[in-house]
Amino acid sequence: MSTAHVLLGLLAGGPLHGYELKRSHDQRLPLAKPVAFGQVYATLGRLQRDGLVTTAGQGQDGGPERTSFAITDAGRARLDGWLAEIEPPAPHVTSTLFAKVAVAVLVDGAERARDYLIAQRTAHMDRLRELTSVKTDPASTLGDVIAADFAILHLDADLRWVTNTLERVADLHREVHP
Amino acid sequence: MTILRARGVVKSYGPTPALRGVTVDVAEGEILAVTGPSGCGKSTLLHCLAGILRPDAGEVSYGEHRLDTWSERMRARLRRTEFGVLFQFGQLVAELTAAENVALPLLLAGTGRREARTAAVGWLDRLGVAELADTRPGEMSGGQQQRCAAARALVTEPRVLFADEPTGALDSRTSEQLLGELVRVVRDQRTTVLLVTHDVQVAAYADREVALRDGAVDASGLGLTAVSGKHVR
Ligand SMILES: Nc1ncnc2c1ncn2[C@@H]1O[C@H](COP(=O)(O)OP(=O)(O)O)[C@@H](O)[C@H]1O
Ligand SMILES: [Mg+2]
Repeated sequence: MSTAHVLLGLLAGGPLHGYELKRSHDQRLPLAKPVAFGQVYATLGRLQRDGLVTTAGQGQDGGPERTSFAITDAGRARLDGWLAEIEPPAPHVTSTLFAKVAVAVLVDGAERARDYLIAQRTAHMDRLRELTSVKTDPASTLGDVIAADFAILHLDADLRWVTNTLERVADLHREVHP
Repeated sequence: MTILRARGVVKSYGPTPALRGVTVDVAEGEILAVTGPSGCGKSTLLHCLAGILRPDAGEVSYGEHRLDTWSERMRARLRRTEFGVLFQFGQLVAELTAAENVALPLLLAGTGRREARTAAVGWLDRLGVAELADTRPGEMSGGQQQRCAAARALVTEPRVLFADEPTGALDSRTSEQLLGELVRVVRDQRTTVLLVTHDVQVAAYADREVALRDGAVDASGLGLTAVSGKHVR
């Protein structure tokens, strides 16, 4: 999972300094592993080097000087690309799916998340069909079938989460647009 | 080529709308999964397409035939000769053996006793349960019963098989074995299948999926597009 993209998503709402970013990360992705402060700075350094964020002046507010970071146009484009990109439907992508949906809601609202989930569900269903045909193929070995089972059951879990989340997002949408 | 078609099908049970204008095309030879949460109208759609229920509005066609305009008698005859049905459970007659159960549709169609028995045993064999020919349903496992029910649904060599949660009462291994067997047989027979299920693992045996939601087709495949057509941005 990409901390860099999540940080870009958090900056999409306006400039933040490093510690605010860490707090915001841990708050928005409550079940993910808390991000280390050092990792936030290292990531910001790389993002700045690549022109995806820029420093946005230093806040003083009585305390020590703290540098705020702002997302650049290139940064927005990168974030947009990440949100649009469908994850390869393999086992163990769940945490990336989750991060992407959380960030999509944050950046663009429920509809962006919904569009992403629909596209991801299609990719997952296509993969599930492929794996299922491995199981019905008489030429498949026991090893093939066991491997297919492993992937199928993980995809099934992903798909249940995707479906539940679509339902929740639809509810959220109905509240906003009654 | 389209073999079955629903056009704007509406169906209510008293005040409860079950289908609110459903349009679906089923291509000849395909396995089409109809998916969606419980109560979304999957079974009602299957019953309308199979000519068991008559829609309140809209059209149901089988090839060139407009089933929604046909009498129950004509639809019943069509069902006997062209369609097979496989439900979740409770289709086998408890007093009859497996072979007698499977032979039943042939006997109803006028086939002679001996010939019907031979065909029935052949179909039981094809579904891997020939040894149960003289066993009654009460002495079979759930998976064995569904194999017999599948043999009975296919014994008339129907052009379309309507399967409503056919493995809904089975554990996942048994479900997988039955579906694998069923898919092999219908591919060989070139039978068109309408497979109703709420389970994505079952839907994955199909070539294609149509998702229903609240009695309507979800155009983007569970896209919830009925909620809004607009995009913020
Ligand atoms: N015989 C019936 N009488 C009254 N309501 C029914 C009947 N059959 C289905 N319904 C209602 O119609 C809706 C669709 O049901 P159904 O087609 O069985 O959905 P699904 O198969 O997707 O679970 C549900 O609200 C259900 O309660
Ligand atoms: Mg049903």
